Amino acid sequence: MADSSLPRGRTVHVRPAILAGALIGIAIMAAVDEIVFHQLLAWHHFYDRSTPSVALLSDGLLHAAEVIALVGGFFWYADLRRRHALSTRLVWGGFLLGAGGFQLFDGLVDHKVLRLHQIRYGVHLVPYDVVWNLAGAALLLAGALLIWRARSRDGRR
Amino acid sequence: MTLLLPVAPFAHGGHPAGEPSWLPLFPVALLAGGYLLAAGRDPRGWRHRRTVAWLAGCAGLAVAVGPLAQLSGDPRGHLAQHLLLGMLAPLGLVLGAPITLLLRVAPPPVRRAVGRLLRARPLHLLAHPVTAGLLSTGGLALVLLTPLYAAAERQPVLHHALHLHYLAAGYLFAWSLAGPDPAPRRPGLAVRVGALLGAAAGHAVLAKYLYAQAGTLPPGLDNPDPEAFRSAAQLMYYGGDLAELLLATALFAGWYNNRRRRHVTDATGSAERPSPAQLS
Repeated sequence: MADSSLPRGRTVHVRPAILAGALIGIAIMAAVDEIVFHQLLAWHHFYDRSTPSVALLSDGLLHAAEVIALVGGFFWYADLRRRHALSTRLVWGGFLLGAGGFQLFDGLVDHKVLRLHQIRYGVHLVPYDVVWNLAGAALLLAGALLIWRARSRDGRR
Repeated sequence: MTLLLPVAPFAHGGHPAGEPSWLPLFPVALLAGGYLLAAGRDPRGWRHRRTVAWLAGCAGLAVAVGPLAQLSGDPRGHLAQHLLLGMLAPLGLVLGAPITLLLRVAPPPVRRAVGRLLRARPLHLLAHPVTAGLLSTGGLALVLLTPLYAAAERQPVLHHALHLHYLAAGYLFAWSLAGPDPAPRRPGLAVRVGALLGAAAGHAVLAKYLYAQAGTLPPGLDNPDPEAFRSAAQLMYYGGDLAELLLATALFAGWYNNRRRRHVTDATGSAERPSPAQLS
């Protein structure tokens, strides 16, 4: 919590801006996953016969956390905005970081480690997994780059 | 998975929803009418959005005990009733701030009694977000995982008692998380968010578990209908999301408004604020 010691006023709070953006990013990516892959394409299943109960538990917890992250992230963002303590670049950076991080987490932990569900059924999975995780990594990198550039810009000021 | 044999001590007399009954609508109308009467008598003027929230809650109750009661032999009807009675309607009622309204219009003895009640230790325990969340989600788990569901299908009294429990637990939970009414010793944001997370996760897991085990759950049914329970479980899962979204919005909106108040006092400077020494 380095920035809590900074002087008050029009200080741009780095950490809260990134975290608020990341919360929204995680939640939006989770919502896209739910709406596009579960509902529209019906590639994922609501429930897999093979899903072990630990995975069911983690899935429920994650699902509940996403809704809270979405609402909490937006109110946090609104609060920072109201106080003029917001750098839009940092929020976007956090957003991409969160979205990419979630995508990678979903692709590696949920699909591969916990085997909660797969991206699609009845197809050769490798290309789907590669595209899924590369997309996540790209988003993650873009977010990190954006934050790094925003911070070095602030440093020069 | 051992299937619990139905140990029905009483002969089953069909579903309790056989007779269309207008009786349950009467208390709902009483709630709405009493509130409107009190709001009209508030000397300082009662906020319209509170009235709207309360009436929306009453409308939810009316739908749950009126039209949906016809369906209560169907698991989808039962879970839709649970969603309305135990999750959606209570939030509207809580946002109506009925206790604040009562404190404004009631004569002093009633106000004192309410104040005493609000300061009572047992209430603080009961209305703690964690307890209330356990009562709400845990109560539903008890209904779906034990022969309670089957028993309630045979016993109208138990059926109505369950509905009252859903409503009371849902009200306590919403109040403990986000109620504008006074709540002494309400825990901080982290505990409340944690309780919401726990309750919502429990609800989602329960829904998927019911979906997965729809052949054998809830135990003790005379003629189980797994397909209906599977679609009821999906309704429960997504309906639970909606309730969680609304609860989280109410919770964080309260946080947002409190924070503004704090910033306003910060910005006006400590010089304008009377120090504790001046106050005493």
